[in-house]
Amino acid sequence: MEATVIRTGTEGKTWGGGNEPLRASYGKMMMWFFILSDALTFSGFLAAYGFSRFKFIDSWPIADEVFNHFPFMHGVDAPMYYVALMTFILIFSSVTMVLAVDAGHQMKKSKVVFYMGLTIIGGVIFLGSQAWEWKNFIKGEYGAVTTNGGNILQFVNEDGKRVALADFVTESAATRVQHERSNGLWFTEEAALPTYSIEDVKASFLANENILIRTQSLDANGEKTILTRAESERKLEAEGAGVVEGANLSQNEYGVPLFADFFFFITGFHGFHVLTGVLINIIIFFNVLLGTYERRGNYEMVEKVGLYWHFVDLVWVFVFTFFYLV
Amino acid sequence: MAHSSTHTHESNTRRIWLVFVILSVVTLVEVILGILKPDFLVDYTFLSMKLLNWIFIILTLYKAYYIAWAFMHLEGESKGLRRAIVWTSVFLISYLLFILLIEGDYIYEVFKSNKVAWDF
Repeated sequence: MEATVIRTGTEGKTWGGGNEPLRASYGKMMMWFFILSDALTFSGFLAAYGFSRFKFIDSWPIADEVFNHFPFMHGVDAPMYYVALMTFILIFSSVTMVLAVDAGHQMKKSKVVFYMGLTIIGGVIFLGSQAWEWKNFIKGEYGAVTTNGGNILQFVNEDGKRVALADFVTESAATRVQHERSNGLWFTEEAALPTYSIEDVKASFLANENILIRTQSLDANGEKTILTRAESERKLEAEGAGVVEGANLSQNEYGVPLFADFFFFITGFHGFHVLTGVLINIIIFFNVLLGTYERRGNYEMVEKVGLYWHFVDLVWVFVFTFFYLV
Repeated sequence: MAHSSTHTHESNTRRIWLVFVILSVVTLVEVILGILKPDFLVDYTFLSMKLLNWIFIILTLYKAYYIAWAFMHLEGESKGLRRAIVWTSVFLISYLLFILLIEGDYIYEVFKSNKVAWDF
């Protein structure tokens, strides 16, 4: 036994090992360094978002118009109310987390259990809310027309209010069916066809005198440009190339395709962090229930998972600002 | 315990709730400003950004400070650890933003002023 122990003569000195120069335990310090690197990853994404936004500064979609849904209030324009609620839920779950950490410091097991339980519930509600946001975003509400150049043309009435395709387009007899493997070339297929064909939209637009076209370019007041009736007719006839409903990675009815790409990627990556945070919280929650940390004599594990959870909240604060507010 | 040497474990619940109130009020102010969009904040710009957006960003940093300091308890960590985390991120992120935003603006100018049509 004695032979395997290497004595360096530096025990107790700064570089002798076993001390904590930053006065944080190994696990906590590494959690901090992980968080730091993760923060840099997120800022990379958000900075890339900023880059693309500056690149399309005069045609970027207006977030208030895109995220204006609220549960059980269909058709009501509720800009950002729901995201604000989600932010509150996440901040509140951060509060219960820090209360759990605080209770852990005082070795009060039942309080740790209670507050961690609340934290997990908050996280799950947030995840559900995000799924609902995605659903609305993917489904879309009004529908739009894409041009040959890949830009978006939306429809408004004379008051400047948005008009959905379903409100004015009359469907003609279906001109073609979706190309699937079973009914066309067997080695290729196409995505689901939109509800209306571009020809239907063009014909119905000509028939409805009171509908105008709104382009994606922003005017001096930061509002989308609305064309006159004559301009609208000319533009739709000459440039309209296809119908787009909702959003996917290659096109979306809100405007610049990159907007949807970044939305999916950044909120998706954040949502993935929330998901893993909830899972880790659940593991630690059961460890607390089983008394693992009571026997260990400290609740530092709760503190470490708490750091991760607060970080998720911290990232959301920035995502909220740059996606929904600015 | 790992950090028992740095502080005593009295309950911080009062401060925690206080920080919660601060974060909530700031978020509420942000949302209200975002919905109202007061004219004087939208019309005036500083460093070619709307005053409203400056307010949003400053309030966000204010919230981030409270989350990191109070909830993540950076205020109780040693100065060395705090600086390793805060300075690293602040300097690297500032640099990244500086490069990418200026570059994005440059590409916007190129799009706008060159002879290639993009709206067709």
